[in-house]
Amino acid sequence: MEWLLKPDGAGQEFLVMIIAIALFASVMALVLFLTDRPNMPRWVPIVGYLGPAVALIGFGLLFPALTTVVNSFQNRTKDAFVGLDNYAEIFTNPEFIRVLVNTALWMVLVPLVSTALGLVYAVLVDRIRMEKVAKTLIFLPMAISMVGASIIWKFVYEYKPPGVDQIGLLNQLLVTFGAEPQQFLLDPPGNTFALIFVMIWIQTGFAMTVLSAAIKAIPDDIVEAAQIDGVSGIKMFVYITMPSVRPAIIVVLTTIAMATLKAFDVVYTMTGGNFQTSVIANEFFTQSFVRQQPHIGAALAVLLFVIVSPIVIYNVRNMRISEGER
Amino acid sequence: MSKLPLRKILGGTAATAMVFSLAACSSEDSGGNDLITYEIDCTQFEEFGDLSGTTVTVYSSIASESEAQPHVDSFAPFEECTGVDVEWEGNRDFEAQMPIRAAAGNAPDIAYFPQPGLMGSIVRDYNDQVVPVGPTAEANIDQYYSEAFKAYGTVDGTLYGVPVGANVKSFVWYSPSMFAEAGYEIPTTWDELMTITEDIAANAEGVEKPWCAGIESGGATGWPATDWVEDMMLRTATPEQYDQWVTNELAFNDPVVIEAIDKAGSILKNPDYVNGGLGNVATIATAPFTDAGLPILDGQCWMHRQASFYQANWGEGVTVAEDGDVWAFYLPADSVDEHPVLGAGEFATAFRDAPEVHAFQAYLTSPDWSNIKGQTTPNGGWLSANTELDPANLTKPIDQLSYEILADPATVFRFDGSDLMPSAVGAGTFWTEMTSWIANDKSTQDVADAIQDSWPSE
Repeated sequence: MEWLLKPDGAGQEFLVMIIAIALFASVMALVLFLTDRPNMPRWVPIVGYLGPAVALIGFGLLFPALTTVVNSFQNRTKDAFVGLDNYAEIFTNPEFIRVLVNTALWMVLVPLVSTALGLVYAVLVDRIRMEKVAKTLIFLPMAISMVGASIIWKFVYEYKPPGVDQIGLLNQLLVTFGAEPQQFLLDPPGNTFALIFVMIWIQTGFAMTVLSAAIKAIPDDIVEAAQIDGVSGIKMFVYITMPSVRPAIIVVLTTIAMATLKAFDVVYTMTGGNFQTSVIANEFFTQSFVRQQPHIGAALAVLLFVIVSPIVIYNVRNMRISEGER
Repeated sequence: MSKLPLRKILGGTAATAMVFSLAACSSEDSGGNDLITYEIDCTQFEEFGDLSGTTVTVYSSIASESEAQPHVDSFAPFEECTGVDVEWEGNRDFEAQMPIRAAAGNAPDIAYFPQPGLMGSIVRDYNDQVVPVGPTAEANIDQYYSEAFKAYGTVDGTLYGVPVGANVKSFVWYSPSMFAEAGYEIPTTWDELMTITEDIAANAEGVEKPWCAGIESGGATGWPATDWVEDMMLRTATPEQYDQWVTNELAFNDPVVIEAIDKAGSILKNPDYVNGGLGNVATIATAPFTDAGLPILDGQCWMHRQASFYQANWGEGVTVAEDGDVWAFYLPADSVDEHPVLGAGEFATAFRDAPEVHAFQAYLTSPDWSNIKGQTTPNGGWLSANTELDPANLTKPIDQLSYEILADPATVFRFDGSDLMPSAVGAGTFWTEMTSWIANDKSTQDVADAIQDSWPSE
């Protein structure tokens, strides 16, 4: 039975996987079967149904989260408490301040610009002849993995010296129009904007899709009533479309804001956080796992959690309000 | 830099763990044994008693099959002699996973550390788990290795790591035919090197420059620049100052260190000397180190300072030999009498006190293993500093040259400094600050001050 613990080759690995899934399913079935019989006290099915999920969340989410919070107040070797020293380091060291400023730039620019672009695009292509094709084009980046998108854009920004054939699209365009090729990923602060642009490119498709659906959900009678009242064009957009899709815009903004805070892939793949482009999510990884500074990494993770919390709370409250309206 | 050379070649992007074990029977059909012509004497393991049926697990960052199989094959004679089953587990994410496994009490029997710095911190943090090297293996190291290699395996006065591989970093790659056509001799002093550099720069056309360099390496970007500084430290400062520098007894912003960084800058930050075929000085920061020497093949670059393991990067059809397409010369010091060499290597540390583990460490330190490992590595890229290693057992000329340099009695060997420094510096600010030094033209003083500030206080 050694192959069960040390599978050799894809066939055995698949077999082990299937056995593991079957085992899990049968254990769950047994638990549910036992707790679901009649004449059981009320708490038995509650524990049976919720217990496994609560246990897994507690073990996989709450416990590490609490440990991380505790670690953020400890020293590197986790044997002494150092109060707020790790946070003081983050907020005073110029390298970390750079990281915080970059994160703020990402947080402001990515949600606003991609939502705005997505909304405008959704309105523009609404009910035109080529709508499906036009929407697919914008939505495609969303289907690519972030690392894939980053590699594509790394090629677009690729630099070769003047006199050598350019392989980067952007620099080839510059050379074609007689300009000097530029090192887009090297010079701060421009390089941060080059990275932010990639994230916007990815997220606009998501914003456009959700907002387009919201626009289509605006009742026809409202639109017709407005048209009879002589509203059209910009006014229609400002007075009818915008207020009608407001809940959708908030959801899109907050979702993109959260995705942006976690934007590790783009930075890691394109610059590795070098050239003053690092953001909290990337710095947290580097500090924890590359530089063996888990205390600083923990403090950064807690900071990320603190920043993201209000957005989540706002999002949840908004959903409750809009559900209450129905 | 803080990665095992083999990992550097493969790049550090994939963190996938690759596990393959060598069952006792599979070594026979692996085919690797056909390569071994070297006979070993099984009686040397009698002192450890009957070991048949026992298992020794080895954990390493060497995960790709092409790099790991030579290791696995090299254990076969030991397994045949003793009946011990050696199980190899490679994981690209070794540096991050090893501390976690030690913390969880799940350490392997033997771990291959690419950095003595990481080995030292594990030994200190988990002192109840590590096992000092046994008497037989220690006697082997005393007999067959230089004192420097023993010193790098020693933590706080106790020997914990046995050397299981080495490489030489003080190499300058060049094209023998370009040098011959231009009438250049291989420089034997720093001044000769700079004379050639100036001459090439004066005659260069277009994108052609005397030197090319690249330090981009994903999350490890900057490490090739730290190698430059370390090589310069060995040429501007004394070996003792170098040893003090890696422990921060000599501050990172000391004038001695500033001088070394500036000496590296006399090439790396001189727009007339770099970056052949790749652009201006700043392109060093974005050029992947794997490709940075390739302009030599196009005649756009003349010299590229990189370690012996760069031989794997020249690509198909390029002959790496003294009379081939590319070859390397020793990066000279100020005078021909001085012979400092920067290098690196791996060390195997034990985490289980058992006769089979001690027997395995004894095998690794024996001349037998080094000679067999040379034979089971047909693609080269490996050598050891064992003085009884016969260079004829190394398949590639560059490995033989590296071995000759290591074995030269005049050589003063020093280990890659960033591998010895705490990770916060050696895998952190030293990389990033050198990157800023090149990419954003940050001044040497500011770079040195920032690295000194980041040195952990504990």
